[in-house]
Amino acid sequence: MGTARWVARVLCVVVPAAFLGVFFLYPVGTILVRGLGADGLDRLLGLPGRASFRGVVWFTVWQATVSTLLTVVVALPGAHLLARRRFRGRALFRAATTVPFVLPTVVVGGAFLALFDRFDLVDGPLRATRTVWAILAAHVFFNVAVVLRTVGSFWEGLDHRPEEQARVLGATPWQAFRWVTLPRLWPSIAAASSIVFLFCFTSFGVILILGGPTRATLETEVWRHAVFRGDLASATALAVVQFVAVLAMVVVVNRLQRRRAVGQRPVRRKVPRAGARLLVGNLGLLGAVLGLPVAVLVERSLAADGGWSLRNYAALADRINLLPVSAVGALRNSLLFAIVATGLAVVVGGLASLVVVHGRQAASRAFDLGMMLPLGASAVTLGFGMLIALDEPPLDLRSSRWLVPVAHALVGVPFVMRTVVPTLRSIDRRLREAAATLGASPARVRREVDLPIAARALAVGAGFSFAVSLGEFGATSFLPRNPDRLTAPLALFRLLGTPGETLRGQAMALAVVLMVLTAASVLAIEGWGRRGSVRGDL
Amino acid sequence: MSLRVEGLTLSFDGVPVLDGIDLELAAGEVVVLLGPSGCGKSTLLRAIAGLERPSEGQVWWGDEDLTVVATHQRGIGLMFQDHALFPHRDVAGNVEFGLRVAGMPADQRTHRVRQTLDLVGLPGFGDRRVDTLSGGEAQRVALARSLATGPRLLMLDEPLGSLDRALRERLTAELGELLRRLGQAVVHVTHDHDEAFALADRIAVMGGGRLVRVGTPAELWADPRSVHAARCLGHENLVDLDGDGGCPLGRLGDGPGTVLIRGDRLIVRPEPPAGGLVGEVRRTSIRGGRTLLDLDVAGVAIRAWWDGTATIGDRVELVLADGAIVPLAG
Repeated sequence: MGTARWVARVLCVVVPAAFLGVFFLYPVGTILVRGLGADGLDRLLGLPGRASFRGVVWFTVWQATVSTLLTVVVALPGAHLLARRRFRGRALFRAATTVPFVLPTVVVGGAFLALFDRFDLVDGPLRATRTVWAILAAHVFFNVAVVLRTVGSFWEGLDHRPEEQARVLGATPWQAFRWVTLPRLWPSIAAASSIVFLFCFTSFGVILILGGPTRATLETEVWRHAVFRGDLASATALAVVQFVAVLAMVVVVNRLQRRRAVGQRPVRRKVPRAGARLLVGNLGLLGAVLGLPVAVLVERSLAADGGWSLRNYAALADRINLLPVSAVGALRNSLLFAIVATGLAVVVGGLASLVVVHGRQAASRAFDLGMMLPLGASAVTLGFGMLIALDEPPLDLRSSRWLVPVAHALVGVPFVMRTVVPTLRSIDRRLREAAATLGASPARVRREVDLPIAARALAVGAGFSFAVSLGEFGATSFLPRNPDRLTAPLALFRLLGTPGETLRGQAMALAVVLMVLTAASVLAIEGWGRRGSVRGDL
Repeated sequence: MSLRVEGLTLSFDGVPVLDGIDLELAAGEVVVLLGPSGCGKSTLLRAIAGLERPSEGQVWWGDEDLTVVATHQRGIGLMFQDHALFPHRDVAGNVEFGLRVAGMPADQRTHRVRQTLDLVGLPGFGDRRVDTLSGGEAQRVALARSLATGPRLLMLDEPLGSLDRALRERLTAELGELLRRLGQAVVHVTHDHDEAFALADRIAVMGGGRLVRVGTPAELWADPRSVHAARCLGHENLVDLDGDGGCPLGRLGDGPGTVLIRGDRLIVRPEPPAGGLVGEVRRTSIRGGRTLLDLDVAGVAIRAWWDGTATIGDRVELVLADGAIVPLAG
């Protein structure tokens, strides 16, 4: 093997491994070491005895459970529509229902606050603000896309003939669904639900904005202890509990995901047109759940002085006392961080993908699982770990301008890998062999065959990690910040938390700008990637 | 100077796939590897191309040991069964790939690509996307891609396997004509004996990872030597003999074993006289204007051609011409 090739190989392994090791494994290890050390262990073992802790755990679990159930119920008819019917605007429907999933949590929180403002649900008997209902609604808003896509695509590949057989045998449509379709859908519903549960369990921004101080989950409690009270010991104990719970869930999710992957072969046939009732019902339901908050958010951002104007948007450039930089300044920071984070994610994720696809089995497995961890782990684990681990030499990064982009890149890497790895894997081995017999060296094969085919996937992954970085709130809110480098989501969070008509208007305008930026970066690039041969679904 | 394979041996997970293969090609010769699927034909090609690493044996080009040379430096072309065209490049991009890798300047490449596309009968196809090609067109593009670099040896792995019968026959003829015109050394893999006879200067019959019989088509047809080779070559009338060399058709050998009755040396006559070998027609089918008869000769199934018509139940006389009986080894 030539020296250059050897060096390239080593870099492929070392760069991603070092990145993950220093910025994720070491911080997580620090949480565990401190949390399970002599002092920490006492505190940890004392937790179950405290009523407040039991309350937090109970609330965390039940809100996640109910959110998941509601999400499945709301999304199933839509999954049916996507999988089994054709209608005009199907692609648009698919895209529109996906958007909420990529929106920043603070924007969603803002949208629901706008909704409650608009319909006078802030006070009185129908108060929605700072209730569990607000949290549940926002969680459904977020996660409908997960169920729609996971179950929808599985359903699409499901042989339709057993249902027809049931109908011929005298079953009503409902009976055929209940007894023939639903049992076969379970693997996909279980897989989707497990992910949704994980997301709701680790939900942070939504709970903080919509729940208020009395609705605390494990995630927000860690934040409150660490950032608000400066009680790092308690925060560490809670973070250990959170980490272990999340780890267990990730294992379950992985299992369920693999069961879903059982090979199926779609049967070709002419898909029937959607009936008016199914179409209107779905559009009505999803329009109310997904469309209304967004529409009201936009409307509120334009409402000023009792009329319509762009004044709220113009005000984004103004300095206000609440924030160290103007909203526009915060947006500029966020864009800059997102560009850097995306660059890091593309390099690290691209190299790691090469190892997963071409490396030895052990390395391949380790990278496949390891690089996914930051996505599964909660914002708390990520941000809090960095907060307590990277604060002393030689790794004193508290004041480094790289810390925020690095944290964002950790979350972006899995998105890059989720598109690049399946695309690389789907490249027919014989294409590489054909290139070799035509005289291309192994390096040339990578450049001429693998790279052009994977380039679109890389771009799609980059689009997602860009959007993720733009909207990242949880981990960023832990990181020691230089006031000048405030990100847009953090600025929005502060604006939303402060009463006052003018500030609320500005908050709405900032939320709309963030929403447009994230949605556009994902939709534009995903649409382009789908036209190529990009595999993999997020 | 040409290809020489010596004692090539290869196993997958302890299961031997190639077992001491020896094969030598003359310059410009077309050798067809013939055998059932799973006999190791494709693996042999892949080992010659350097895509599989043999556990023993060498691949030589003249006195150059290719065994240690990387695939991309061997100068051996390989065309895959399903063509393996690069989906991200158009037809011209596929055909010029090897030239670009070799560093040929762009203007020469363009010229060579046009020349090669003309050669395979696809003039003006350069701008087409490869996913718009029909099966036959894709096959020609793959052939052009392999030919463009002027490989010293071209290997074709069942290149016609995925095409329908009529197209396959037409392309077989075209391919044979083209390869001969180019004087290209070729190793061609197929399981179809008609294709083998149509293309080969020599046929190498493979079975169980070995070359069981190598020779010109005429030699092999006249004397396949083994039951396996006889079947691969398309012989149909194999008759088992008893201990004395006898069978219901008479005494065809000196001892136990199997003999081949060549279909092309079997003469069928209507109206059997008394005392002759009589067959009863069980099934008839017309192929290419001649009638193929499935006969029952004293309990032995025999296939024979003749030019007349027959109906089921007819009785005919069978005459064994000179050289009709060929003894086979187990």
